[in-house]
Amino acid sequence: MARYVTSKFLYTLLSLFILITATFFLMKAIPGDPFMSEKEVPAPIRARLEAQYGLDKPEIVQYVNYLGNILQGDLGISMKKLNQDVGHIIGQTFGVSLRLGLVAVVVSVIVGVGLGLLAALYHRKLIDNVTMVLAVLGMSVPSFVLASLLQYLLAFRLDLFHVTGLKGPLDYVLPVAALSAQPIAFIARLTRSSMLEVLHADYVKTAKAKGLKWPAILWKHVIRNGILPIVTYVGPMTANVITGSVVVERIFGIGGIGKVYVDSINNRDYTLIMGITLFYGIILMAARFITDIVYVLVDPRIKLTSGKEG
Amino acid sequence: MANNNLTNKQPIPTLTAADFQPVDINQRESEAIKRESLSAWRDTWERLRSNKVAMGALIALFVIVLASLIGPVISHWVHGYNYKSNDLLATNQKPSGTHWFGTDDLGRDMFVRTWMGARISLTIGLAAALIDLLIGVIYGGIMGYFGGRVDTVMNKFSEILYAIPYLLVTILLLVVFKPSLGTIILALTITGWINMSWIVRGEILKLKSREYVLASRSMGAGTGRLLFRHLLPNASGPIIVTLTLSVPSAIFAESFLSFLGLGVQAPISSLGSMVENALTGWMYYPWRMLFPAVLISLIMLAFTLLGDGLRDALDPSLKNK
Amino acid sequence: MGAQLGKNLIEVEGLKKYFNVGKGKVLKAVDNLNFYIREGETLGMVGESGCGKSTAGRTILRLYEPTAGSVRFNGTDIYKLSPSKMKAMRRDMQMIFQDPYASLNPRFTVSDIIGEALDIHNMAGSRGERKKRIEELLDLVGLNTDHATRYPHEFSGGQRQRIGIARALAVNPKFIICDEPISALDVSIQAQVVNLLQELQERLGLTYLFIAHDLSMVKHISDRVAVMYLGKMVELAESEELYRNPIHPYTKSLLSAIPVPDPEVESQRKRILMTAEGGGPIRSADDDSEQPTLVEVSPGHWVATPY
Repeated sequence: MARYVTSKFLYTLLSLFILITATFFLMKAIPGDPFMSEKEVPAPIRARLEAQYGLDKPEIVQYVNYLGNILQGDLGISMKKLNQDVGHIIGQTFGVSLRLGLVAVVVSVIVGVGLGLLAALYHRKLIDNVTMVLAVLGMSVPSFVLASLLQYLLAFRLDLFHVTGLKGPLDYVLPVAALSAQPIAFIARLTRSSMLEVLHADYVKTAKAKGLKWPAILWKHVIRNGILPIVTYVGPMTANVITGSVVVERIFGIGGIGKVYVDSINNRDYTLIMGITLFYGIILMAARFITDIVYVLVDPRIKLTSGKEG
Repeated sequence: MANNNLTNKQPIPTLTAADFQPVDINQRESEAIKRESLSAWRDTWERLRSNKVAMGALIALFVIVLASLIGPVISHWVHGYNYKSNDLLATNQKPSGTHWFGTDDLGRDMFVRTWMGARISLTIGLAAALIDLLIGVIYGGIMGYFGGRVDTVMNKFSEILYAIPYLLVTILLLVVFKPSLGTIILALTITGWINMSWIVRGEILKLKSREYVLASRSMGAGTGRLLFRHLLPNASGPIIVTLTLSVPSAIFAESFLSFLGLGVQAPISSLGSMVENALTGWMYYPWRMLFPAVLISLIMLAFTLLGDGLRDALDPSLKNK
Repeated sequence: MGAQLGKNLIEVEGLKKYFNVGKGKVLKAVDNLNFYIREGETLGMVGESGCGKSTAGRTILRLYEPTAGSVRFNGTDIYKLSPSKMKAMRRDMQMIFQDPYASLNPRFTVSDIIGEALDIHNMAGSRGERKKRIEELLDLVGLNTDHATRYPHEFSGGQRQRIGIARALAVNPKFIICDEPISALDVSIQAQVVNLLQELQERLGLTYLFIAHDLSMVKHISDRVAVMYLGKMVELAESEELYRNPIHPYTKSLLSAIPVPDPEVESQRKRILMTAEGGGPIRSADDDSEQPTLVEVSPGHWVATPY
């Protein structure tokens, strides 16, 4: 186990290193320099700015400095919001996004597993069919379409919620609904198929045959075994929520990190783009790493000796 | 349950050898097969055809593709609009006889732009999926066919690449290189092929130890024949399903990029960029959002349903999974 | 059977096939095989599943590259042949596979399956010739000629195995390895297929290596029988001799497992179970300590010692 975790960890680090390197050199490949789009900067000021950001040194030195800074948690200074530290900007705005994302994840898992379980228990009945139709719809309707639709109908037309902003708990309803629709759909489908498999397994029949009560069977055998595949979805779900939050924050005018990311791209604020990209990258890779580890921990059937996994 | 033979009081008639006569059975004739001969493809098609949802999705896609091809032509022919022509005196018009889907903030006809957008979105989705297919089949085919150390090294490489979140890479690439149809497709495929290569690899690894592949080798078949006559045709099921499902994810990725201002650039539009464009003040002009949003949802839905249907048709044992 | 046996067609010498199982360990699937097969002869090869029989067969046909050793066909070492010469050689050596469901490509028609070898070796000059040859082969194995356009899934196991046999015969081979050709079939069909194989042997002068785990069937079809155990050959003799006078404890154990179709005798039958003292310790795959050698105990009867 320790060997498996170590090797997974090292590979994750390697991927992260490639992302950092790619980020750095891609940014360097941009024609011109960060100060070009501004008004014509006088030469002495320009030289001072370049020195301040270390742009006058050879690229390889800049790269090594950059790596060193990242290791110390220093993501540099925003090029457009002058004198604002990238790490500071992320720290300020991440809280809002994290809260929104966590609520969306919790809602997704509870609703998704619940719906999937219901659909499996009432296989080929009305509930199953309705749930599966909703799930396919949920998978196909992009989050921005859903967000706009909810905003238009429930907030603008019916005036049930605020159109924008995230001040009270009620303001969470629409963004969370838009964020969790897709994960709910995926989880419901995953849960349903996995539960169906378990429900038909011989050990469930045995449990029934030996007279175990249905709730006990459900909890001890069906849910515990059927829920395993959900773990594999943690990684993709994190990605889903992050991309979703970028869109949803923009539509609902929420000042989270997603909105800052969009702004930074529109302003071509390169250090900020790099910083947030890396930040997102770390979160996503961590999610995937945790998924791999947890899956092995919870599923006793996976043997670690071969070192191969699907 | 069991029928009770014990209550049967009828006497059993005694049989002698004379009661039996050899029946003249022509074995060859009895082996004749009446059922119409169906190839694996025909079989799959028959199963798909009986799946109403999948057929509905297929027809919907056909209609959408057709409309995206002729819609702009019709509008040009009837009203003389193209996707660029704007009328600043008629901005944000409601749908009407002259502008079937209304106009946008620059007074451009939404009917033309919506179908042009669908054309661009579909092009991006299909092109990205086909490039993924090409690279994935070659890379995955090499991994699966040669196996051993080649496989280990190539697989590790793809795993490391896969661990890098692909949308972030795409965003970075498009920040650096100006977004255009070509660069967007390229950026989408830069890591998009990995999933396909794993599907191909898994199938080939599984198939290459099948006895019919050994039989072909024992007859002296070369790599080309083994790959293109035996391995890939038999791996085609999962490949087709993956291909079908990677179209909507590419379309979605492009629309997400549009949200970041990294989608196709004006005056060209994709469905995603039209939705993004409609965001400013769409409360007051909902039709500007409605048509592209509904169309993009329909396209994604149709591909998803078709993919599901294909999976069921290609491997009936997976049904309801 | 009983036909006049000619010179040695196949000579196997020191054949080894090891598989890496990781962590420096190897699985010695085939370990030092030595035997010959005469022209027109059927050599049976028996042993429990996993003893390396199939691997041996596949290695002899060079479907797997050997770890060591040589296989001579008519005096030519096939492992030394260039790819193009090896391809030509494959016309002389063919194989019939165990699983009639897995051994036919589901996307090929019967005529594609049988005709594939003709295409590979350019043996049919024209379409008509190809069609004629395929119909000839179908007829030879007792299948309807109008089956040619059908797909494997439309046939029963026995019919599929006939298709497999027709495929092997397409290139006019001299030597065929039958890799458990009947073990996946219903008992009622087994005899049909075995009889067909014997009939074909007589008509076409074929030489067989008949791999099986069913001893009674092997006895019926083989001139000589080789017993394999854990990748090694432990006994080799004329089939009558082997069944009458088994020497190696493993052979004795195998023979004692054959049911007898006579209730009275059957009730008396005692299975001989192998014990460690009996001489069949399961050796670990990477243990190189003991290399038994074959010793001729009576003319043509070879036994591995020590056992």
